[in-house]
Amino acid sequence: MNDLRLFERAQAVDETKISAKGVNVHYGAAHALKDVSVEIGDRRVTAFIGPSGCGKSTFLRCLNRMNDTIPSARVTGRIELDGQDIYDPRVDPVQLRAKVGMVFQKPNPFPKSIYENVAYGPRIHGLARSRADMDAIVEKALRRAALWNEAKDRLNAPGTGLSGGQQQRLCIARAVATEPEVLLMDEPCSALDPIATAQVEELIDELRQNYSVVIVTHSMQQAARVSQRTAFFHLGHLVEYGETGQIFTNPRDPRTESYISGRIG
Amino acid sequence: MTDLPANGPAGSIPVHRPARSILETDARTRARNRAEARFRAYGLGALLAGLAFLAILLASILWNGLGAFTQTRLALPVELTESELDPEGTRDPAALAKVSTFGYEDLLEAAMARLVAEEGIATELEPGDLADLLSSGAAAQVRDAVLADPSLIGRTVTFDVLAASRVDGYVKGRVTRESLADDRNLSPAHLDVADALIADGDLTRGFNPAFVLGADASEKRPEAAGIGIAMLGSLYMMLVVLGLSLPIGVAASIYLEEFAPKNRFTDFIEVNIANLAAVPSIVFGILGLVAFIQFAGLPTSAPLVGGLVLTLMTLPTIIIVTRASLKAVPPSIRDAALGVGASRMQAVFHHVLPLAIPGIMTGTIIGMARALGETAPLLLIGMVGFVASNPPDGVLDGFVSPNSAMPAQIYEWAKRADPAFYERAWGGIIVLLVFLLLMNLAAVLVRRRFERRW
Repeated sequence: MNDLRLFERAQAVDETKISAKGVNVHYGAAHALKDVSVEIGDRRVTAFIGPSGCGKSTFLRCLNRMNDTIPSARVTGRIELDGQDIYDPRVDPVQLRAKVGMVFQKPNPFPKSIYENVAYGPRIHGLARSRADMDAIVEKALRRAALWNEAKDRLNAPGTGLSGGQQQRLCIARAVATEPEVLLMDEPCSALDPIATAQVEELIDELRQNYSVVIVTHSMQQAARVSQRTAFFHLGHLVEYGETGQIFTNPRDPRTESYISGRIG
Repeated sequence: MTDLPANGPAGSIPVHRPARSILETDARTRARNRAEARFRAYGLGALLAGLAFLAILLASILWNGLGAFTQTRLALPVELTESELDPEGTRDPAALAKVSTFGYEDLLEAAMARLVAEEGIATELEPGDLADLLSSGAAAQVRDAVLADPSLIGRTVTFDVLAASRVDGYVKGRVTRESLADDRNLSPAHLDVADALIADGDLTRGFNPAFVLGADASEKRPEAAGIGIAMLGSLYMMLVVLGLSLPIGVAASIYLEEFAPKNRFTDFIEVNIANLAAVPSIVFGILGLVAFIQFAGLPTSAPLVGGLVLTLMTLPTIIIVTRASLKAVPPSIRDAALGVGASRMQAVFHHVLPLAIPGIMTGTIIGMARALGETAPLLLIGMVGFVASNPPDGVLDGFVSPNSAMPAQIYEWAKRADPAFYERAWGGIIVLLVFLLLMNLAAVLVRRRFERRW
């Protein structure tokens, strides 16, 4: 996983999962995201890189309408999930977020037990018919998040008592427990130490088997390690989007080149 | 990597930093250290002064008020003569009730004269004067006993009757022979009799449960006044306050904090709630008078109305505290809940509200404690004054039957002329303070109990 043989990475059949066209975001008077169009493939990892304040997290939060919770945010343009407009008035953001899960920058487990953290999503969406069903869902989610072996003996211990890396994996387990189709990750490793980061990165690579993963990261090495496609944002513009290998070895835009070589940002 | 030009004006500002050993302090450092020491001294001084005043306050409250919890009583054998009370001998309750308390006065006078004679106390006082040693409520006490049990008629029964407030004051050291010189109720000769009765063990001072449990009494009988019914009035008001202000306040806070759009209108409401918390409480009293009594037609002096007024007064406090508690819940918890597809309502009720509960509970208890101590708004709805109240007929009747409240009762006693009521007022303050302390203790315990431990 940690190799940098970028060109040899197998590309799956490229099916578009999310398609964004001409997306603009305003926070009050501030124009945070300017005319972004991007196609995000299914069952692959897409990385958003760029300096702080470039709009990558803003764009990520558009994809599951988390920006709705910010009163001053205004989103225009069209974002489609499987060809359906997610900003259609008929779409209930609650249902959308069950399909498009999210993992946040800072691990934010609920102050409840590990079991309850994972079971919460399935419970409110009515995914389990019995206690045994729920147990199975929790175990599956924790296994997918590579936390089962560490947590199976203390499922009733508080989730906030885990280490930072374990907490983040618990948040990933919580996100995958609702069986989403897309997993959005907003700098999931920025609060973690290198060992925990490696574990989460490994996990992301495995999650790719089942989900379309979009990850925002500040670390270009991380983007290079885990993603198949990379989008470079700068000052609210999507500057360049392409195969990760191409972006890092042969960027077309001089700004991308400056950023990945450390001259701006 | 610096904005300072190498040879520019900023670079050439001379710096006076004389070479000096760190082992010796320079004048500036000494001055700063002195300033800090002075500030600490001010703080400590203020603290000690505050504690001293608190100690003086508590000591004077206890000194003045503890007397109200004891009362002087006289064990008086009263001959309940049939010829006076039931001339026809029918024991018919209707006939017995025809004899007013006036009719019992003679019995008490006779009983006093006999007691004084039996104990061999020499006095020049007439029997009618001797009866002044007793509370003016004594006749009613004997009459009530007879009406409750007519078989007592014809026997000599020993009643534990209250001594008059002057006698009680003499036993407690408040009344002296000098202070009685101008008194129309009692003369020094009475006190001689009282001394003799004390020596014989007939006149004793004991714990007075009627002060904590009983009702207020008229100006003539300070010895019989109690704060119990007013306490009941306060309790009923607190039930109304809790039952209304907690759900309304918490629901309003959740709506304003989590759901309401942030615009000029909600800003306006927010500012107004903050201002309402600072509105003088008597203004709420006027509002209550107009809205609940004059407009809605609710009864005056009723704890229900008092509770409604205090609810209005407590709501802003509860809303402010609840909103602060909700704000203090980290936004990441909301994000986490929304991120797994919870609705906003679910995010609030499953995750945010449980974390805010300790703060809400503490704020509610503190707000209720404040409401418990309020007098001013009750002035306008007729709960301050001599509210001749009896225990309510039932649990629900307690909400509407005329009543007072503890602080209103204290105020009422404090403004009456008789110094015996002064002691009552201080005693009432002790009772009120005990309640306030208990409520604050509850706030601390609730906070400890529900505080998030992980």
